Amino acid sequence: MDALYGLFIAPFADFGFMQRALFGSLMLSLGACPIGVFLMLRRMSLSGDAMAHAILPGAAAGFLFYGLEILPMTIGGLIAGIIVALGAGAVSRFTIQREDASMAAFYLISLAIGVLMVSIRGSSVDLMHVLFGTVLALNNEALTLIGGIVAVTLVSLAIFWRALVAECLDPLFLRSVSRMGSPVHFIFLGLVVLNLVGGFQALGTLLSVGLMMLPAAAARFWTVRVEPMCVLAVLIGFASCVAGLLLSYHASLPSGPAIILSAGVVYFASILFGTRGILRARIIHHRHRTA
Amino acid sequence: MTQTCLTFRDLTLGYNSHPAIHHLDGTIRKGSLTAVVGANGSGKSTLMKGIVGVLKPMAGEVVRAPGVRAAYLPQQSELDRSFPARVVDLVSLGLWPKRGMLGRYTSEDRAAVSQALMAVGLGGFEKRPIDTLSGGQLQRTLFARVLLQDADLILLDEPFNAVDAKTVGDLIALIKRWHGEERTIMVVVHDLDLVRQNFPETLLLARQPIAWGETRETLKPENLLRARRFHEAWEENAPWCEPDEHGHDHDHGHDHHGHDHDHHHGAGPRAA
Repeated sequence: MDALYGLFIAPFADFGFMQRALFGSLMLSLGACPIGVFLMLRRMSLSGDAMAHAILPGAAAGFLFYGLEILPMTIGGLIAGIIVALGAGAVSRFTIQREDASMAAFYLISLAIGVLMVSIRGSSVDLMHVLFGTVLALNNEALTLIGGIVAVTLVSLAIFWRALVAECLDPLFLRSVSRMGSPVHFIFLGLVVLNLVGGFQALGTLLSVGLMMLPAAAARFWTVRVEPMCVLAVLIGFASCVAGLLLSYHASLPSGPAIILSAGVVYFASILFGTRGILRARIIHHRHRTA
Repeated sequence: MTQTCLTFRDLTLGYNSHPAIHHLDGTIRKGSLTAVVGANGSGKSTLMKGIVGVLKPMAGEVVRAPGVRAAYLPQQSELDRSFPARVVDLVSLGLWPKRGMLGRYTSEDRAAVSQALMAVGLGGFEKRPIDTLSGGQLQRTLFARVLLQDADLILLDEPFNAVDAKTVGDLIALIKRWHGEERTIMVVVHDLDLVRQNFPETLLLARQPIAWGETRETLKPENLLRARRFHEAWEENAPWCEPDEHGHDHDHGHDHHGHDHDHHHGAGPRAA
């Protein structure tokens, strides 16, 4: 019993920084995982990745002027992300170019500017902080920020849920009955940026998209409905955070990659054992009904 | 006294400055059932998009009578069949005009969804994932959604494509039921026999109306022949159609629509 306590409970019970890390990453999962489900269903999984890169110059600008401070870097990232999201979204909505191409163009330009700015300032240790984050150093400011982002995300999802589902399922139909199509797309892109920015303090700009996409991709193998898929993705996110933090604590590994890799393990397990996964589809199909 | 549901005023619709519907004038009577026929590229789908408002006119306008709500079943649906939704989720979208984005679905609404599915012959299909439906079942599902939209104006763009005879029969029966309920219906159809048997009125299009009016009259061999001579392709350097050249008289001569006008005005817009 004591061994189990030592393994699973003690790290969180004994250390304040572990509690903060747990609290922050669980909140992140709550907002980011449902967003990831919709990104995946809209075939925009890689757009999330592109957005994560696009945030870099904003964060770098904040870093350049204020040093390693969370608020300026977050606001900078938010601005850069929103410019890229709106720019790429607008190009795809109003020209013949598809969103994948416009997104690639915008984020590459943004990323180049970001790398340029960080290199002007110098120190590569700081760059590592921006790129990989430190979930174990979340301060009150950061937790408040994440809390606010999660609240905005969940409220927006609740309000726009039906429009978002309609926009994914049958966009032409939505356009024929309502003018919500374009606004809901941009609101959704805004939420993606918001959650990536929320995640980058904890997980870094490169890996914050991991907590968004991996639980969503894993959840896809278990259910055929959106609502349970979102709930399941959040639960997988929670489990990954707990497992990742414990792994990080006991094996002295960096916490960000540990969390994302935990989600990766769930993903591979889901591919194999999910109700819509490989084994079910390949092996268990002896019986069928007459009609 | 018949009422007007839709009025076209000098309506030109198209893509990249090339018209697919050219200077259309006329009206659709409230409660009428009109087949829209014509060759590929004659502007049938474009007209539907113009009426529902997803395509903005290049010139002129479509005026809906006040309070008329439209339901639109496109030819090329942008439906994502891999989306994890059930039949009931797809059909429930038809509640949008009634409930909007935020209104809660009541038990009445759920009963209405079930009834709509019964009406299209898919009773008990509520929980099926949409990626398991056959083509005909999907079309029935989309008709159920139209049914639920409870619209005054129903626009169906080639709803009988790739659908078997039994399904066509069932869908026609549904259209006739809507006709009986005094809804205004426009259907793009290719099968002229089907049109002759089931549609009282027909609009024969070839970028502009070749003939418009009672079906038997419209689908006379000489009209069909004229429609067949229609040149589908854009001419990249067709002369510009000058705005002051066309009034409501249309007595000038664009080489591609000169001689149609007598008929268009004779047979066409009735309750204008």
